[in-house]
Amino acid sequence: MVNKLWFFFIVVGILVAGVRGQIGEMTTALLDSADKGVSVAFGLVSILTFWLGIMKLIEKSGLLKVIVRVMRPVAKFLFPDVPADHPAMSSILMNMSANFLGMGSAATPLGLKAMEQLQTLNKDKKTASDAMCTFLALNTSSLTLIPTTVIALRVATGSTNPTATVATTIMATFCSTIVAISVDKFCRKIYRGR
Amino acid sequence: MGVISIVSQWAIPMMVLFVVVYSYIKGVDVFDTFVEGAKEGFQTAIKLIPFLVAMLVAIGVFRQSGAFDILIGLLQPALNLVGIPGEILPLGFMRPISGSGALAMTTETLQTHGPDSMLGYMASTIQGSTDTTFYILTVYFGSVGIRRVRYSMSVGLIADLAGFLAAIFVCSIFFN
Repeated sequence: MVNKLWFFFIVVGILVAGVRGQIGEMTTALLDSADKGVSVAFGLVSILTFWLGIMKLIEKSGLLKVIVRVMRPVAKFLFPDVPADHPAMSSILMNMSANFLGMGSAATPLGLKAMEQLQTLNKDKKTASDAMCTFLALNTSSLTLIPTTVIALRVATGSTNPTATVATTIMATFCSTIVAISVDKFCRKIYRGR
Repeated sequence: MGVISIVSQWAIPMMVLFVVVYSYIKGVDVFDTFVEGAKEGFQTAIKLIPFLVAMLVAIGVFRQSGAFDILIGLLQPALNLVGIPGEILPLGFMRPISGSGALAMTTETLQTHGPDSMLGYMASTIQGSTDTTFYILTVYFGSVGIRRVRYSMSVGLIADLAGFLAAIFVCSIFFN
């Protein structure tokens, strides 16, 4: 699917630009985007380095075991094929906790760590495992309980009630998460058959 | 504002404080352990570059060419019938594709229509309740070299759609 989508974006984009006589801008668009990719990656260096450091402390101090024990029942339901005492499980749980608090910058490194550990359980290294798909579904549906960025943005644009949308955000997040988990469980069953 | 803004301000510093103090009490060499974990940060970021460049180039070309606007123009009349405001549609499309693009669109909506208007509420809720599916897929799968993402992209997009529709629905009830 990523292959097809990528192909579609590039081919349709360039053809449309050609038809609309904007082909001259395409070279800049290509190179600017490439530049953005590199700067986004470098922008992640500081965040990743910091949170992976904190993460190591959480792991070494035994805090991880505490977190994992509390959230075990949820995790067991969502990730039946990941052993409860596997390091991947702890990273998944911490990523979820960070997402809940709207700490996007903390959630990404934890999520990447989780993927790395899920990969050790994966039999086919080029293909996403069931657990990876579920994990991605949770992340893409956004588990935010406190939408920190949005609150800041509302303050900046002069809202009289910046936190007005916290309740609606939680409700909408709840819907998208339920849908994500259900569709994921459904797809998992269908793909099993093949 | 009160409680939630206080919670959002205190959450990260408190978490860091708690982790450091807890580790220290447990007899962990805090500095050495932090550095040990932090070492991996740079390599992880570098590994992401090819995937990010590939994705952002495709999206950049698609947007800059005007193809994105054409797609939205085609869908707008149909969605107006269902009661989805046309002004909010571009955000719905942008949200899964580009986090910074969506943030820019939300900012624009809040500035143009006001943060306390119906469109402002909807944009804020959508921004908070959905996530950048393509970015997450690219970065998370890219970092471990997964090529075949199976059904996860469809699941992500369906979840985004659900979040988008739920946001519009909940806001139109809640703020009326």
